[in-house]
Amino acid sequence: MTDNKLINLINISKSYGDNVVLDELNLYIRENEFLTLLGPSGCGKTTTLRIIGGFENPDKGQVIFEGKDITKLPPNERQLNTVFQKYALFTHMTIAENIAFGLKIKKKSKDYINDKIKYALKLVNLDGFENRMPDSLSGGQQQRIAIARAIVNEPKVLLLDEPLGALDLKLRQDMQYELIRLKNELGITFIYVTHDQEEALTMSDTVVVMNQGYIQQIGSPEDIYNEPQNAFVADFIGESNILPSIMIEDKLVNILGTSFACVDTGFGRNKPVDVVIRPEDIDLVKPEDGIIKGVVTSLLFKGVHYEMEVNANGHDWLVHSTDLVPVGNEVGIWVDPYDIQIMNKPESEDEEAVELDI
Amino acid sequence: MKLFNITNTKTNSSSNKNGGSSLGNDKVKWLSLPYIVWMIGFIILPLLVIIYYGLTSGNKLKNLFTLGNIRLILDPTNFKALRLSLELSLISTLICLLLAYPLAMILSRSRMKSNNFIVMIIILPMWMNFLLRTIAWQNILERTGIINTVLNFLKLPTLNIINTPLAIVLGMVYNFLPFMVLPIYNVLIKIDKDVVAAARDLGANSIQTFLKIILPLSIPGVISGITMVFVPSLTTFVISTILGGSKIILIGNVIEQHFRVGNWHAGSGLSIVLMFFILVSMAILSKYDKEGEGGSLW
Ligand SMILES: Nc1ncnc2c1ncn2[C@@H]1O[C@H](COP(=O)(O)OP(=O)(O)O)[C@@H](O)[C@H]1O
Ligand SMILES: [Mg+2]
Repeated sequence: MTDNKLINLINISKSYGDNVVLDELNLYIRENEFLTLLGPSGCGKTTTLRIIGGFENPDKGQVIFEGKDITKLPPNERQLNTVFQKYALFTHMTIAENIAFGLKIKKKSKDYINDKIKYALKLVNLDGFENRMPDSLSGGQQQRIAIARAIVNEPKVLLLDEPLGALDLKLRQDMQYELIRLKNELGITFIYVTHDQEEALTMSDTVVVMNQGYIQQIGSPEDIYNEPQNAFVADFIGESNILPSIMIEDKLVNILGTSFACVDTGFGRNKPVDVVIRPEDIDLVKPEDGIIKGVVTSLLFKGVHYEMEVNANGHDWLVHSTDLVPVGNEVGIWVDPYDIQIMNKPESEDEEAVELDI
Repeated sequence: MKLFNITNTKTNSSSNKNGGSSLGNDKVKWLSLPYIVWMIGFIILPLLVIIYYGLTSGNKLKNLFTLGNIRLILDPTNFKALRLSLELSLISTLICLLLAYPLAMILSRSRMKSNNFIVMIIILPMWMNFLLRTIAWQNILERTGIINTVLNFLKLPTLNIINTPLAIVLGMVYNFLPFMVLPIYNVLIKIDKDVVAAARDLGANSIQTFLKIILPLSIPGVISGITMVFVPSLTTFVISTILGGSKIILIGNVIEQHFRVGNWHAGSGLSIVLMFFILVSMAILSKYDKEGEGGSLW
């Protein structure tokens, strides 16, 4: 990954009738980056991707590719290829013809095309499938063919719209590794769309969290998970306790009536904020050792850990712990200062969108 | 022919879904019973009767097997009628195809809500009586009809369309065009928009996308449209009677004449010949219709 801005989206707006899908969106994608657009269904991920691919024209704004404005360029003249959500294979052609489609249009030689077909099928682990028809392949296989069909054209960027959405869990996990391997082998830029936060965190260099057409946060998977910038991101990425609180002063926050030490500064005095605490960051201790006391109200075994709810200060705290505390027991709640993430309450319109979905 | 295919596939697929349990199978068989009875009563039996009459002579003394009725087609007037029928229905089918494809394309592309309305407009004439529509055309094309009245008024030379092959082709195209538009429209709207987008994505311009993706994927609709226009055009006698006067005799008219005067044997014999031509054309078409999609409309 370099710092080179390969694609730059500038002030992109798009509406369908009264439905404002994207409003003044700004985003750049660096060369060789694995960037993921993550957000709930209907938040405008596909629309963003289609604007990059050229299948949709933005009402306002520019798409810059390698410094050139390609906003008005038709898809067939863009140096990028798309893997569609439902594969979109040509059902009247064999696998080989599907893969050869783009190369034949570009009038490549027969030998070149045949070599490419072989190479691409090997790359997606489907050697020998040349003469099969798409309908005779499983979902996962069709997905690989869709990828093979795209990459033989040697695009600078591959756009992938929920490519694993239709596959079952096991296959999806296998394919995640395959995609990462493929990207490293090809050394190209991936723009990936998903609504699955786990997928986004596993695969990406950069995650762009979107909601209702607004970008909520851009960052590395670690940033997004550990330091969500607002309640939407915190809630959407993994499980979390989002607690309305008051920042008393630097490094001291009042959560539901009790003061907690934290590490954040610069929020001002007596300022209402939202606090995020991940359930695995809450330590259950002896009642007298905790910052606050509570009672375990529910307990579920989740395999790796127990999921408990602890009622304290009138709030049900979600706790993940490998230690079992039976329902009805009194416990103390302890949170390390650096596990408390302070966020500003939404003020601007951009962040207002957040509130509606929670 | 097609009807058989449909019932077979339907029964098969539903019995598969029932996991082959005997109860499920029985139920499916029982449910298709009315269909089978209907088919036997209204398709198989009449067909057998026609074949019986077509292959026997009317002579009461020796009511024997004969090919005489079939051989009637070799009679020069009958042969001429058959050839004209084939020519005119082929021309009509071609014109329908050339008109219907772009129309269906425009319809399928428009995302408007009025889409259903436009489809309605195309179907609407089909709800009017076939005879009425054709007689209306007679009035329009007549020597003293609407067109010529207007031309007269404008001091232009009048047209002599009525009672010509052109009038018959016009009648066929007008009456059967919706049967070409609808199946093509149906396959076109079913083509996944992303498949078209994928072709563009891979570098195809709009013409290449049409030739390599849209056209091949719409062939089943085209085939079904061709069948639905060609067969009624080939067998019609109403259109030729009304718009062709007594001058233009199609094979349909010949057959109708035989039945009208009570010569069931000759009428059936010629019907068998006509059926043969229809079956051959269907066979040729079904070669291109790998998907079997066209059958869905029969
Ligand atoms: N072609 C279209 N016409 C009208 N509305 C559309 C169209 N495409 C998308 N939308 C609307 O735009 C919004 C965002 O859609 P989309 O980008 O597909 O979301 P996502 O991919 O994040 O689920 C949705 O409300 C959707 O209904
Ligand atoms: Mg989408």
